[in-house]
Amino acid sequence: MATPESALPVPQPYRPPVIAPGYTPGTVTDKISAVVLQRTPKWWYLAFGLSFCLMMVFLGAVTWLFLKGIGIWGVNEPVGWGFAIVNFVWWIGIGHAGTLISAILLLLRQEWRTSINRFAEAMTLFAVACAGMFPVLHLGRPWLAYWLFPYPNTMGIWPQFRSPLIWDVFAVSTYATVSLLFWYVGLIPDLATLRDRSKKRIAQILYGFGAMGWRGSAAHWHNYESAYLLLAGLATPLVISVHTVVSFDFAIGIIPGWHSTIFPPYFVAGAIYDGFAMVITLALPLRAAFGLQDFITTRHLQNMAKVMLATGLIVVYGYGIEIFFAFYSGNQYEKFMILNRITGPYHGQWLALIVCNALTPQLLWFRRVRTSPVPLWCVAMVVNVGMWLERFVIVITSLHRDFLPSSWGMYRGTVWDWATFAGTIGLFLTLLFLFIRFLPMISIAEMRAMTPGAQGSEFPEAAE
Amino acid sequence: MNVERRPAVYGLMAEFADPDGLIRAIRESRQAGYRRLEAYTPYPIEQVSEALALPRSKMPLLVLAGGLIGLAGGYYLQYWVNLIAYPMNVGGRPMHSWPAFIVPTFEMTILCAALFAVLGMFALNGLPQPYHPVFNVPRFAAASRDRFFLLIEAADPRFDRSATAEFLRRLDAREVAQVDD
Amino acid sequence: MSIESAEDEGRTPLQAAAGGSPTPLDVAAVRESLRGKRGPALWRSLDELAATPGFQNFLHREFPRQAAEWVESPDDGVSRRRFLQLSGASLALAGLTACTKQPLEHIVPYVKQPEEIVQGRPLYFATTFVLGGYGLGVLAESHQGRPTKIEGNPDHPASLGATDVFAQASVLDLYDPGRSQSITGLGRIRTWGDFVNEVAGPIRALRALGGEGIRFLTGRVTSPTLADQMKTLLAAYPKARWHRWEAGAPPYAHRAAVAAFGAPRETVYDLTKARVLFALDSDVLTRGPGSVRYARDFARGRQARGDRPAMSRLYSVESSPTNTGTLADHRLALPPVQVEALALALAAELGVAGASAPAAGSLPERAGAFVAALAKDLRANAGASAVIADGFASPAVQVLAHAINQELGNAGRTVLHLPPAEADPVDHPESIAALARDLDAGRVELLVVLDANPVYTAPADLDFGKAIQKARLRVHLGLHADETAELCQWHIPAAHPLESWSDARAFDGTASIAQPLIEPLYGGKSVHEVLAVFSDRIDATSYDVVHDYWTKRLPGPSEAAEGTFRKALHDGLVAGTATTASATTAIAGGAVAGAAAEIAGRTAAANPSWVPLMFRPDPTVDDGRFAGNAWLQELPKPLTKLTWDNALIVSPRTAERLKVGVEQVAKLTWRGREVRAPVWVQPGHADGCATLHLGYGRWRAGAVGTGTGSNAYALRTSDALAVLPGVGIVPTHGRAILASTQNHHLLESGAEEIPAATAAFASRRPVRTGTLAEFAANPNFLRSEGGPESEAREQAAMPPDQREAGMSMFPAYPYDGYKWGMAIDLSVCTGCSACVVACQAENNIPTVGKEQVLKQRAMHWLRIDRYFEGDLDDPLLHHQPVPCMQCENAPCEVVCPVAATTHSAEGLNDMVYNRCVGTRYCSNNCPYKVRRFNFLRYSNHDVPVLKMLQNPDVTVRMRGVMEKCTYCVQRINGAKIDAEVAGRTVRPGDVQTACQQACPTAAIVFGNLNDAGWEATRRRADPLNYSLLEELNTRPRTTYLAKLRNENPELAAAPAAVPEHGPGGRTT
Repeated sequence: MATPESALPVPQPYRPPVIAPGYTPGTVTDKISAVVLQRTPKWWYLAFGLSFCLMMVFLGAVTWLFLKGIGIWGVNEPVGWGFAIVNFVWWIGIGHAGTLISAILLLLRQEWRTSINRFAEAMTLFAVACAGMFPVLHLGRPWLAYWLFPYPNTMGIWPQFRSPLIWDVFAVSTYATVSLLFWYVGLIPDLATLRDRSKKRIAQILYGFGAMGWRGSAAHWHNYESAYLLLAGLATPLVISVHTVVSFDFAIGIIPGWHSTIFPPYFVAGAIYDGFAMVITLALPLRAAFGLQDFITTRHLQNMAKVMLATGLIVVYGYGIEIFFAFYSGNQYEKFMILNRITGPYHGQWLALIVCNALTPQLLWFRRVRTSPVPLWCVAMVVNVGMWLERFVIVITSLHRDFLPSSWGMYRGTVWDWATFAGTIGLFLTLLFLFIRFLPMISIAEMRAMTPGAQGSEFPEAAE
Repeated sequence: MNVERRPAVYGLMAEFADPDGLIRAIRESRQAGYRRLEAYTPYPIEQVSEALALPRSKMPLLVLAGGLIGLAGGYYLQYWVNLIAYPMNVGGRPMHSWPAFIVPTFEMTILCAALFAVLGMFALNGLPQPYHPVFNVPRFAAASRDRFFLLIEAADPRFDRSATAEFLRRLDAREVAQVDD
Repeated sequence: MSIESAEDEGRTPLQAAAGGSPTPLDVAAVRESLRGKRGPALWRSLDELAATPGFQNFLHREFPRQAAEWVESPDDGVSRRRFLQLSGASLALAGLTACTKQPLEHIVPYVKQPEEIVQGRPLYFATTFVLGGYGLGVLAESHQGRPTKIEGNPDHPASLGATDVFAQASVLDLYDPGRSQSITGLGRIRTWGDFVNEVAGPIRALRALGGEGIRFLTGRVTSPTLADQMKTLLAAYPKARWHRWEAGAPPYAHRAAVAAFGAPRETVYDLTKARVLFALDSDVLTRGPGSVRYARDFARGRQARGDRPAMSRLYSVESSPTNTGTLADHRLALPPVQVEALALALAAELGVAGASAPAAGSLPERAGAFVAALAKDLRANAGASAVIADGFASPAVQVLAHAINQELGNAGRTVLHLPPAEADPVDHPESIAALARDLDAGRVELLVVLDANPVYTAPADLDFGKAIQKARLRVHLGLHADETAELCQWHIPAAHPLESWSDARAFDGTASIAQPLIEPLYGGKSVHEVLAVFSDRIDATSYDVVHDYWTKRLPGPSEAAEGTFRKALHDGLVAGTATTASATTAIAGGAVAGAAAEIAGRTAAANPSWVPLMFRPDPTVDDGRFAGNAWLQELPKPLTKLTWDNALIVSPRTAERLKVGVEQVAKLTWRGREVRAPVWVQPGHADGCATLHLGYGRWRAGAVGTGTGSNAYALRTSDALAVLPGVGIVPTHGRAILASTQNHHLLESGAEEIPAATAAFASRRPVRTGTLAEFAANPNFLRSEGGPESEAREQAAMPPDQREAGMSMFPAYPYDGYKWGMAIDLSVCTGCSACVVACQAENNIPTVGKEQVLKQRAMHWLRIDRYFEGDLDDPLLHHQPVPCMQCENAPCEVVCPVAATTHSAEGLNDMVYNRCVGTRYCSNNCPYKVRRFNFLRYSNHDVPVLKMLQNPDVTVRMRGVMEKCTYCVQRINGAKIDAEVAGRTVRPGDVQTACQQACPTAAIVFGNLNDAGWEATRRRADPLNYSLLEELNTRPRTTYLAKLRNENPELAAAPAAVPEHGPGGRTT
């Protein structure tokens, strides 16, 4: 009997294939594993080297930070949160696309996800790693960060569970853990493949460890698929909840511009928007570099662009509603906040944000833009910047002029703020390059299943 | 393998080039009365599991259990902390601020459920398992590429070294190999 | 201290230890290395000094076994002095408490049982803080022999328990490592013995000549003991001369008094009896020796309550805005010449004999209406009014003021002309000029400068720096090795008032004795001891001098006198020494006519294109004597909110006219002299003139004060001590960054921001204002405006349980025991900022330095918000002290992830420093922005001597933790413990917060809201009571009483309460 358990989509004849014709499980395996098993390309060393240097900038910035204190950043009296929180939200948002692609699209049986999910999940992990550091770094006393975890201690004192920051701790750590598990579980069969195909002893041992003795028996696949599907089911509400919780950091506060009920959906949409932009930003160059056009086809570009367009429109709706609420509510603080955002000292950032997030993506209405890599990549890049600006505007312009005119102020990021941000980009790229070099960036096992006739042609009655 | 001390036989393994061959082989072996069968494929194939008539997976129950544990534990932790262990007046809010407690509870639920899912899968599959007899078959490396294998274990009551081998060959397996234990 | 000289050798290391700082030679080096650094930098650098290789090297040797090899080894030039200096530094690092021994003489604590110091319980000693010669009775809090805090002495007439900023900050001066730490002769360290021996010869020689060529220079002296010493001394040296120069004091009071009464007079006021006050270019409420007392008396008449809707009325006419002006019901900002004309017009209006109305057109027409209404009001309150013109107004104006008070019969009632408290009163400008003449003529053999800094402060035309070097032998006594010390062969570190015996008279003549709380940290000497060198008792200590003087004069036989002396010490004042008004107060004939002529002349000569430049002592560093005091440097100036700098203050119109912008550097020229100062635009400043505060631009004020601001003295000539008739102002391309603590960004983001701020102020109404008339008509007029107040009314209708909860969705916590709260009366807050410094001293609040202030990271727990309201060119100015609101529904607590800030059972919003991890979420979520964060390591842990300053009852916060106002929880708990010991509860008056205690006008009151006996509870029930941002339902425990103004109906054209435009909320 055909159980709906089967996670792996059955190719429908009328749909264009997500994998170029003429591929068999064998050739798919060879092509993808070759990326890992072949000799390291020259450009990789260059790229990795540069990313590594950027990561060292991060090391330097953080060292100085720990020595001197966060006074080296631009944060001050009215504006207690600065770049650190902006970057935190930005990175977390980027992560979301990965989980969304691998989990939600899986449940929705979007088989085209198969060729990008592994890579997107990795991106999620690395983004969360970058994001996760900021809440610790921005503490006045980062060495006490563990006080945010509920552990029994001699003082008998516990975290304060009403604080959104504690919710953050739970949400982000859960998110990181689940993403990691999900990613690793997906990797196991491919690690087995690499174990069996690699010539070098050391590689065989290492991949062997990772594969944990996977031998692809039917019984294994049976539990494996069930677990994978359940994980997807768990990850789906989780990914929604994470950015909801992040948005609570602001929505629970009473500051005008933060204290808003639309934040959760608006943040989640923004996260997906940004996340897909980042997937495109990264996938297009890699696709070219490794000649994977057969697996990451224009159909993928199309679909990702469409998701961006849709979520982008939701975000724009969010902006509109924020302005509407401000005046509809009749709350003078809200009104002032919006006017200050649009006409105040940070109106430049606000304008840039509108151009980046609201106007530019409208190009995606055109098929030609969606299908041609270079313009698409540019749009995605602009959106990455725009979403960073959005968080900047939300965090800073709301804080810098709150209730009492006497305590209004200005905020400006220092060189250390920038160095720390750039440094995390370095960290992200470093991890990414290590990943594409040593792990299959496309799920081989799932791609095999996509090849024609993979499910067996003989017994159609069993196939549907 | 010399003649005096032949190693114990774990079973016989037949190799097939495509899923169809494997599936047919499984069905016929079962008709032939073999029960201790195992199939190896480079990717999951529903019909294989069906042909083998594998029982329903226990994963869903495990995950449910994990979820419930996380739920109860998560909420009780907060209840205990705020009302029993260290009650404090925080911003004039009630001690039992249940709406605030929902978020951590939810996250704990997901976390435990996910852990149960993964660890449960490992447990049910007996992973990690560095050694397994099938790895003694050189051709088996192809099982992680594009080859399909059927194994009839020696522990099967109807197993007979030569007869079973003959039976498998008749299922036009590309090759039949003995799996040493 | 008689053993002192004997002890010298042994104590030197200890003295060095006190500062962790060695000989001046090295200090000079440190100064060099510190150039341009500010505040905290100083302490770090001294530490670096202690870390010099030589010292490290020394540390590794065992002391004193290896001492021998340190003695004069020619090769590396390590001398015995170096050895002492290093060992000193080592002791410093080892910790300093050894130095805090009590003085040898008996001093009498204010509380019982002085013999035993109960650990953890401070002792209070009555002593005297002296500023500009006048005494302010204070109580010094001493922890195990370390004075840590100054409070007012309730029994002292000048204090009544309150203090001003300077008294509060003086305790920092005591420990200041920048104080000069050793006697130097020609730059080398010498001992007191050396000094006495080496000057003995010259003195003997000059004595033979009858003191020919001996000159003493002091500030104003009211000290009876010192006066007596001087008298005997001048008797012994008949040809010696005693000069006086008090740079920051009103320069013309003496002249005016002599002109009006034919003799010097001290004009003091009894504001309790005054129903109408007219401040004529005077800051009577916050400046001058009587200001603390005046502020209290004034406030008594200004607190209208529901049952008593009555207030006195205050008029103010001034050129340079003052705190007094901000409280005025009607204020007129006029350039100096017009102020004079207005005074004349008023005198004429009131029919003062000899006063003729000024030429038509010499006054703007609104001034005419003002004068008419004012005159009518004064007339109506004849005998119960006061026209107050302090010494910064021109002599002519003061003469007219005296005459008007005479005319109205105020003299003897509200205005008293007493014989001066100053000993042997002289006209200071003349006195210093005479000294300069003698110096130039080479008539000065020996110049003794006692606790004065003429090289920096003397009028520019005297060129004192050059003149002083013509004296053959120059001796300087001062707290700091300052500009004058630099040019004297001998410099003797002065003992801080808390280190030595002395006495002083208050503004009303009341004498009080200053007793030391601690052995001189740096071996300082008092004026009395230096003068003793000229007497026959060379080794007399200040105790001997003071004690002998008083026991001789106090009535009764010696032991009775001894008893009275001890009682005087205990009470903090010598009973019955207040001056009684016996002096003649008849106005000398022709004085008024003369003044009128003078004014008419000046009015005629006035050239509208000239920009008069006014000199006033700085609100926080005074005449410059506090330039080295980091607390006062960082204290926002009440009106400009500037820190660490002075500036050329002009009105917006004048700025436009002169084409200068905020922070643009302007070149000021006057008779070939030139000073550069950044411009600051101050709404409320009179048009067509400018103000430059004295006290900045010093070049030898230690690492804290050196190089801050611009030196106004460089333009201040003998004939222009208060106002310089026409200064040249040339805009330059330079720009100086000024650190203002409020809305500095409005400058950055430009003028188009101001409307936003104004609108916000107008609609949010952090400061609620009204007029007495409105209040009398309907006490609830502020509540009958809908919004949160109507909500409050509905609440009043609810049953109590629901009322408690108010707008909340859940029931409020019950506070049955103590329920602490604070109520601040905005009607009487002068913005003097004494509370801010008091808070800083009480709670170990660090200073952060100019750069950090610019980054908006000032740490003051209590800030005074300053708002402008109304027309940009003639605004109302409001002060609003903002401590923590201690909200019952505290937004900050809910968002803290580690429960570092939670609520106490008494409703305090507790901050647990050692639990704080520093997320700053609480600060973000605080609508009042009263939380302060240690972005860097602001507290100084490096200089041992500064550790002695810390209040042991308050945690010193580390880097990375949040802090905020605690309602002085340490005091509350102290009071609760005492009450418990006494088996009762805390009663009204048992506990005061530091800010409340310092407040001259009792604007701040604190108490248990569950006990109707406390003033705070009564105020909370007052119809004027409101809480800040009420609509957020944070239920603050700190509430405010709306600011009432008692308008004169005839001048009701005053600025509307809330206009559409104007700089409300703008605080440039």
